Amino acid sequence: MNADTSLSLAALSGGAGAAASPPIAPPIILAGVEKRFGPTGQIRAVDGVHLEVPAGALFGLIGHNGAGKSTLFKMMLGLVTPSAGSITVLGRPVNGPDFRQVRRSIGYLPENVVLYDNLTGLETLRFFADLKGVTHAGCPAALERVGLAHAAGRRVREYSKGMRQRLGFAQALLGDPRLLFLDEPTTGLDPEAIRDFYRIVAELRGDGVTVVLTSHILAEIQERVDCLAILESGRIKAQGTVQQLRDGLDLPVTLALRLAEGHGPLLRAVLAGLPVTLPEDDGTGGGVLSLACPRDAKLAVVAALMGLGDRLLDLQVQEPSLEDVFFGTRG
Amino acid sequence: MAMLDLHPIAVIAGKEFWDRIRNRWVLAVALVFTVFALSIAYFGTAQQGSVGFRSIDLTIASLVSLVIYLIPLIALMLGFDAIVGEKERGSLDLLLTLPVTRVEVILGKYLGLAGALTFSSVAGFGLVGLILSPQLNVAALIHYAGFMGSAILLGMAFLSLAVMVSVLALDRTRASGLAIALWFFFVLIFDLLILGILVVSGGQFGGDAFPYLLLLNPADVFRVLNVFSLDEVRTLYGLATVFPPALSHPALLCAVMAAWIAAPLGVAMWRFKP
Ligand SMILES: Nc1ncnc2c1ncn2[C@@H]1O[C@H](COP(=O)(O)OP(=O)(O)O)[C@@H](O)[C@H]1O
Ligand SMILES: [Mg+2]
Repeated sequence: MNADTSLSLAALSGGAGAAASPPIAPPIILAGVEKRFGPTGQIRAVDGVHLEVPAGALFGLIGHNGAGKSTLFKMMLGLVTPSAGSITVLGRPVNGPDFRQVRRSIGYLPENVVLYDNLTGLETLRFFADLKGVTHAGCPAALERVGLAHAAGRRVREYSKGMRQRLGFAQALLGDPRLLFLDEPTTGLDPEAIRDFYRIVAELRGDGVTVVLTSHILAEIQERVDCLAILESGRIKAQGTVQQLRDGLDLPVTLALRLAEGHGPLLRAVLAGLPVTLPEDDGTGGGVLSLACPRDAKLAVVAALMGLGDRLLDLQVQEPSLEDVFFGTRG
Repeated sequence: MAMLDLHPIAVIAGKEFWDRIRNRWVLAVALVFTVFALSIAYFGTAQQGSVGFRSIDLTIASLVSLVIYLIPLIALMLGFDAIVGEKERGSLDLLLTLPVTRVEVILGKYLGLAGALTFSSVAGFGLVGLILSPQLNVAALIHYAGFMGSAILLGMAFLSLAVMVSVLALDRTRASGLAIALWFFFVLIFDLLILGILVVSGGQFGGDAFPYLLLLNPADVFRVLNVFSLDEVRTLYGLATVFPPALSHPALLCAVMAAWIAAPLGVAMWRFKP
């Protein structure tokens, strides 16, 4: 919960891979993008999205099921034609004249993809390498990277859900793409595999690859992405770094503290006059107490609590999680 | 769709072809063809009181009436899944984000599957041809080769229809339904319909146009292609007078078959859009 992953966009563009060159144009630019489905266009899957993904960023797209994440991805990849608006990927209009060239620099892991059951893992990668126009040399390395080297010769039919997901990821990595689209990449993975996955993603980011991923599991993504956009009913509700979103919303900070027995009244005394919300139970029983205070009063409250001396047994400052941001933007 | 790149077409075609080799589809279909063709060659004339190979023309005539049911069915079953199946599994999205165009995906799929069906036909009927060859003269061998070639064209035409269905249908279930409907229409209903029109109109309608109507059905083109190159059967069926000589040119009939291969594929490419 103790989240403090503030990484400014400026720090990002000066990161690895961008050190020597002048500021790189955003690899993905969406302007007024809309997608309506249905005979009369009554389903607004994506509704007026403006978005710029900075070069080299690890960008998270968050939203509930049906928020429009996959549709947005498919439009950026040229699989779905927008009803309105324009999309530029790696400097080229999507599905424009030289977009085939751009595709060579893109990796994509679709949501819930089912690969070819009757091919082995290695054959699957060779097939996609052939289509990407890269040699087979990188295939064993890609399998190794996602932890599938031991299953290279087994048919995909025999793979578990998690192994299939890893294979899909390995496929996306073929040909060293500059831009990766990963749609709900960790579904079906166990916690260890999820850690492995984010380790690889962090390595890629270190190499200057721009990674865009979607998720509806906020807790998983908030500590890991550089910046994110929150999508709801096809609209972007908020956008920025995790810290920017928190600051912008000015959500209260929570202080969890443990007090030696019987000092409830003293606590009230030291906090008198400070903008703190105290719980009903004043901690006389010795349990953990949760106080909420506005962000700008945080330091004053902590200083006041120090006045309790050794009667204060423990103190934790909890920043609002992205979950709070997410639900905070909802109403 | 600026330019076609042959490389991805070959990669996709190769995968489809080797898939059918590896899952023994090619072997199974070749065996079916061999068994049916051999039984027809040796027992096909049993009702006339004799068992054993008698005449290549009669054998081909029986083979034609078998193959006209079998090959369209096999081709439709082979191809209906080609696009819609990958769409349902999600792998089509993956293919289309690679440097591959939609037209290239269709052509690759079609060529790979056509290769598998052709391989089965050549192996299955070719084996029977080899077995029969000691009893055949050169003319008979040419007839038999003609039958094999036309069977391959028939398969390719129905495979083209299958790929079209696979692009047009919203899901696999509908695609298989549509494929079966096409089979019923072209193999069973079409001829009855034409016959019905002829009978009801007392021969008024159609008449001269009747033979040309048969060109609207690739299965009938296949039948005509075989039947009217065989003198024995021509007299047997007594149809010689009805048929305009212009239509019994194999080259013309093959061109019509080629159109039946190209047109549905063209529709598939046209309708396969983001
Ligand atoms: N091909 C389609 N036809 C009709 N509606 C669609 C189609 N694809 C997506 N939708 C609708 O668009 C909305 C967004 O879907 P999606 O992009 O898959 O959301 P997410 O990936 O965020 O779960 C949903 O309401 C969904 O039902
Ligand atoms: Mg989705």
